[in-house]
Amino acid sequence: MGGWAIAVHGGAGVDPNLPVERQEAAKQLLTRCLNIGISALRSSLPAIDVVELVVRELEADPYFNSGRGSALTTKGTVEMEASIMDGPGRRCGAVSGVTTVKSPVSLARLVMEKSPHSYLAFSGAEEFARQQGVETVDNEYFITEDNVGMLKLAKEANTILFDYRIPTHGLDTCSAAVDSPLVMNGLPISVYAPETVGCTVVDGKGRCAAATSTGGLMNKMTGRIGDSPLIGAGTYACELCGVSCTGEGEAIIRGTLARDVAAVMEYKGFGLQQAVDYVVKERLDQGKAGLIAVSKDGEVAFGYNCVGMFRGCATEDGFMEVGIWE
Amino acid sequence: MSNTEKSSVIFGIYFGKVGFLTLVRELENHPHFNAGKGSVLTSDGTVEMEACIMDGRTKKCGAVSGLTTVVNAISLARLVMEKTPHIYLAFDGAEAFAREQGVETTDKSHFVTSENIERLKQAKEANRVQVSSASIVRCCDLHLATVKLITLPGSKSSSLILLSRDRSGSVSSHYQREIDYTQPIPKEPTKETTVADGDSQIGTVGCVAVDNQGNLASATSTGGLVNKMVGRIGDTPIIGAGTYANSLCAVSATGKGESIMRATVARDVAALMEYKGLSLEEAAAYVVGECASKGTAGLVAVSAKGEVTMQFNTTGMFRACATEDGYSEIAIWPSV
Repeated sequence: MGGWAIAVHGGAGVDPNLPVERQEAAKQLLTRCLNIGISALRSSLPAIDVVELVVRELEADPYFNSGRGSALTTKGTVEMEASIMDGPGRRCGAVSGVTTVKSPVSLARLVMEKSPHSYLAFSGAEEFARQQGVETVDNEYFITEDNVGMLKLAKEANTILFDYRIPTHGLDTCSAAVDSPLVMNGLPISVYAPETVGCTVVDGKGRCAAATSTGGLMNKMTGRIGDSPLIGAGTYACELCGVSCTGEGEAIIRGTLARDVAAVMEYKGFGLQQAVDYVVKERLDQGKAGLIAVSKDGEVAFGYNCVGMFRGCATEDGFMEVGIWE
Repeated sequence: MSNTEKSSVIFGIYFGKVGFLTLVRELENHPHFNAGKGSVLTSDGTVEMEACIMDGRTKKCGAVSGLTTVVNAISLARLVMEKTPHIYLAFDGAEAFAREQGVETTDKSHFVTSENIERLKQAKEANRVQVSSASIVRCCDLHLATVKLITLPGSKSSSLILLSRDRSGSVSSHYQREIDYTQPIPKEPTKETTVADGDSQIGTVGCVAVDNQGNLASATSTGGLVNKMVGRIGDTPIIGAGTYANSLCAVSATGKGESIMRATVARDVAALMEYKGLSLEEAAAYVVGECASKGTAGLVAVSAKGEVTMQFNTTGMFRACATEDGYSEIAIWPSV
């Protein structure tokens, strides 16, 4: 028991047909980020600094849906959101609707530390970023060619999905006709951008922290807020554990997923993995999602109920794992 | 000091969903309360309203933030729930959605009352995000829990009572015998408890209800904090923080948003019932007493069985409840 532990994720709900080289690229990125976290922990950085550091790295890389490489709104713009929470004192910060801030997670940290509030959004968050002098870039910086193509596909897919949903109402189940394609957030899995990055850390002193960052849902309405910036939904940390979730935002919000991992530990006396399993099974209803968690005792755990989750974890005793599938 | 409704509340309150929404809407339209017209002002002197609604049976929910022209924020939250694939829309996107849905909008100035301009001025002079507790009325949170009130003759009065308080804080109403507006003298005369309350969010409105089939729902609406930064989001629109409902209970919280958020107040009442088997009252007392920092939170909650509880660790909370068996209570200060 004891010792530090770290877990990272790059989204749940992965296309099983994702080309192998893309899978490899994802694993390499996760490994690189894990290693950054590990060396920070070895240098005795507090958990809150480590989650910020790791998520910053993920945001800077265009591979995942956060910072550079964020999913696009229906208007083709990027609106990012992030949150961070420090277990000791349960301090937290969150931002939504950020359009020019290079590292949304660091802005969330500044909201936590330098503002009287916990959550700033849209122009107010941008204004605060300028006031704090954080690095800003043009919105174009975040938009990748891949995502422009994905948005186009998502828009087409939406129409198609909508069209063939209509006749299913009132008809006998003719499930043979539709070979139910894998769907995340109403999008075919091939179009669905693996969402959200997150990191949870417990440091050598048993302090837990969690951070989550995302561009949100491909083809989302402008102004849409998902689970990632919501304390208790996408992100949560307390004295017992740190949790970061990913997947269908609306299901995660309804299930108050991140808080519930902590709540079943606190109120039901569950262990970390047991709590994670319980929450994935009982709290998601029909929704699809995954999560990573660490406990104050230096354990790591993850769980998901969809096809694959980009994730990696490591503990002080030398255990390290990076994976996508079961 | 927690305050709990005692005994006698056994039966559920009947309400239709329409009635439920109507109550919150009525509250939003009363300039006395900090929601809709009467919303407090940001540091730029503008109004940014937010609201949230959740249906316990389906756990469907909707939320909005950063509204500037929508007359009834709570109704827009419901439209987000029912007409979009999302749960939560904010700022320009929420306003655009409101226009698309054709909900009633008005000029931004509609929401700005002269009293709130004065409050902002005071807050700025004091260089505080929140208004100071110079006025006891202002350091209280408002919460009404029941829908029965609006369908009863007494319902209008309950709103009128709260409306009829003038700026000096003196009150005239038909319910004087039931309501004592004089703040009880604290046992230990530490005036500082009131100051701590100065951090309270002022007069967020909320409503929880259970119908006679045990269906639960919760709704909360607010203008936020006086002198808040532009773009600030509080606990109100956040599922699990300011608002929550499931098959066991419905909870609406009010107070210092930042504190309620980190304590996930509304969800924790439900979680304690679900995971620890506590009763509604025990769960609410635990959350208000142990989870949320002192002087920062109040909540109203109902259970599927029809129990009602209204608890707070602030100096006071405007609150009212009614149950099907005719029981009703309206109060501000701790009743003990």
